[in-house]
Amino acid sequence: MIRFILSKLLYLVPTFIGITIVAFGFIRLLPGDPVLLMAGERGVSPERYAVIAEQLGFDKPVWQQYLTYLGNLLQGDLGNSLVTKRPVMDEFMALFPATVELAVVAIILATLIGVPVGVLAAIKRGSWFDQISMTGALVGFSMPIFWWGLLLIIFFSGYLGWTPVSGRISLMYYFPDVTGFMLIDSLLSGEKGAFTSAVSHLILPSVVLATIPLAVIARQTRSAMLEVMGEDYVRTARAKGLKPSRVIGIHALRNAMIPVITTIGLQVGVLMAGAILTETIFSWPGIGKWMIDSISRRDYPVVQSGLLLIALIVMVVNLLVDLTYGLINPRIRHK
Amino acid sequence: MNIRYLMAASALAMIAAAPLSAKTFVYCSEGSPEGFDAAPYTSGTTFDASGHAIYNRLVQFKPGTTEIEPALAESWDVSEDGLEYTFHLRPGVKFHSNDQFTPTRDFNADDVIFSFQRQGDPNHPWHQYNPGITYEYYSSMEMAKLIESIEKVDDNTVKFTLTAPEAPFLANVAMPFLSIVSQEYADTLDAAGTREGLNNNPIGTGPFRFVAYQKDAVIRYERNDDYWGEAPKIDQLVFAITPDASVRLQKLQAGECHLMPYPSPADIETIRNDPNLKLDEQPGLNVGYLAYNTTVAPFDDVRVRKALNMAIDKQAIVDAVFQGDAEVAKNPIPPTMWGYNDAVEDDAYDPEAAKALLEEAGVSGLNMQIWAMPVQRPYMPNARRTAELMQSDFSKIGVNAEIVSYEWGEYLEKSMEPGREGAVILGWTGDNGDPDNFLSVLLSCASAEDGGANRAFWCNEEFSDLLAKAKASTDTEERTKLYEEAQVIFKDQAPWATIAHSTQYVPMRSNVTGFVQSPLGDYTFEGVDITE
Repeated sequence: MIRFILSKLLYLVPTFIGITIVAFGFIRLLPGDPVLLMAGERGVSPERYAVIAEQLGFDKPVWQQYLTYLGNLLQGDLGNSLVTKRPVMDEFMALFPATVELAVVAIILATLIGVPVGVLAAIKRGSWFDQISMTGALVGFSMPIFWWGLLLIIFFSGYLGWTPVSGRISLMYYFPDVTGFMLIDSLLSGEKGAFTSAVSHLILPSVVLATIPLAVIARQTRSAMLEVMGEDYVRTARAKGLKPSRVIGIHALRNAMIPVITTIGLQVGVLMAGAILTETIFSWPGIGKWMIDSISRRDYPVVQSGLLLIALIVMVVNLLVDLTYGLINPRIRHK
Repeated sequence: MNIRYLMAASALAMIAAAPLSAKTFVYCSEGSPEGFDAAPYTSGTTFDASGHAIYNRLVQFKPGTTEIEPALAESWDVSEDGLEYTFHLRPGVKFHSNDQFTPTRDFNADDVIFSFQRQGDPNHPWHQYNPGITYEYYSSMEMAKLIESIEKVDDNTVKFTLTAPEAPFLANVAMPFLSIVSQEYADTLDAAGTREGLNNNPIGTGPFRFVAYQKDAVIRYERNDDYWGEAPKIDQLVFAITPDASVRLQKLQAGECHLMPYPSPADIETIRNDPNLKLDEQPGLNVGYLAYNTTVAPFDDVRVRKALNMAIDKQAIVDAVFQGDAEVAKNPIPPTMWGYNDAVEDDAYDPEAAKALLEEAGVSGLNMQIWAMPVQRPYMPNARRTAELMQSDFSKIGVNAEIVSYEWGEYLEKSMEPGREGAVILGWTGDNGDPDNFLSVLLSCASAEDGGANRAFWCNEEFSDLLAKAKASTDTEERTKLYEEAQVIFKDQAPWATIAHSTQYVPMRSNVTGFVQSPLGDYTFEGVDITE
């Protein structure tokens, strides 16, 4: 098991270096330039441009800038934002909990609904439930997130008035950040109603963010279940007279979960992409919106280091997913 | 959750932890501030959150106008030659306090000198208090070149000596980038080794005291009880950062905020029909235009430019793109600005005459590009649609136009290239209400040089001379005449097709009183109140 983990960790090193090159190069390949964007309609004279470029270190050759960046990275320095002048790490840490909170709730929601729906659809293959849920999954998968989010806001917040429109908690609550996770902080604050308010603010954004992963998980579960149900061991289990719930719950589902868990792990990347739109619609102060703003301002340090951090997280999550295979599937554990 | 509930609940909450008191005003702002030091930044969003809420300037714009009135300076004298400005500072003005700092003295001349010199003097110890910091306004308005010296006459008197007479000087001083910060606070931060506090944990003299900022989410302020001016009527001011215009409107309708900026033009009708909302409207201090490259054939021929201008049905653009909420523009400055020449005759929409003029210029089968900017601005809500309308107008006079667009950063960059093909849609919103801020920045010979904002690359000596003369005079009547003359030359030479001056809308809850819209597009909340 330890060797298994070590070999997986070893893969991370070249991946890490690859990501730094991609992240560093990608934002510089985009046309447009941070100094000109700062100046906007007003423009900037060549002399002034040279002064600013020198202050920001853009006057050096690109390879030199990259080596400086890599050197700083190895010392744990992710650089400072060109716009706010604050360390990228500080900004990331201020915003990251909000994204995690939303993503965790969304993935739980997607799994808790997606897996049972997929199992049911597989068992009752061809039934009206199967057809409706799989059509629903197709629609969900194709849903334009921005439009879907606005639609939910207009209906539930505007027309019905059930949920707040946007934000993380009602503005009447004001307490210092402890963990950055609003659900936890609101409990810690001891203020009456704060937790309920935080939950009500999470409902719509997590539903919107969960929509695509939910569809994917439901479809994946269904097809994995169908495949497993045709296996010999399932037939054997049935033949020896086990209760159907036990056949499905233990023999079939456990084996079907392996591809499903991979899918759930891969959805973390999807969630990061979905977070960009979801966070923008719901004014959710997370890293998705931060990245978008920084890309449009060509805030190089934020984009390159932010991308790196996000990629690291996706990598770690995928590693954890790989490790959970071992728990579920002894064949992988003992290899 | 509606506001009444919020207020009732907040009264309850006060007993528990005293977080919010009864009068909390929530502004659904459209973006996050870049920081809280107004000097290094250029966006209006940052100025609203920093310069206007927290700080004051020596002089300020009278609410709702671009007239200058006293602020931290009670009065000022200008020398005969227009080179010396002596400001008499208001005594007894207190800076805010926070957990790091309690002022031991009142605002004085040292603070003024500090606030200017840290921007202008590259060797000043606070010039680079954050690595990579730059002072864009101070440098682009050439303040360093303009100010020869700043002298402390006594604690309450500061004398500025200029290198040349500069009529817009006072208007520049009223702009947020020249907000007065506390020298004493800077010293405290220096001693504590937390210099970035000047940007993260600001101290000013303004109507509101900074409390906290949760990045990309909420900014909290409370009333400055020691404010030298009329004390704000609200106790707490909250900026709820809400980037999407439709979501802002939903929040406003749901009572989650009291006031919002920049509604989308398509929502104006909805807002008008909502009994809980009201809409404040005012002509904006802006212009949207199409700039030809006057250095490239055939656009170097004034007849071609005129012909194209005559081919554009501007009213149709105002109706379709601005939903009627704009005024067709004939001058490069808006009609609400002093110096506007109403006697100028616009080139009337006349495709036949346009065709004839094009023929006279010997141009046939012209192929050209129209550049459509990819972002929305108050002066241009939909450049693509505007370009399409122009394309169809041009086709009627036999001109084949291709619409091109680039991502915003690239658009700004490529449109500045001197040999650029095609005509560019762009615009401008005034910084300080002075005509020079439009005409010199956008159309002077100096601005046609490398990196300037003159996208027509139009350099007309006579026009530029008039601007220079006007800038050197402090007599507004004389300046008005000079600017009126300059506008005649502009129209005659047609470097741009002037498109429109858009209307600014500010939707708010019906119970909001005392909000005064600024022609400069600033959002200030000193005077607002919430009635039951």
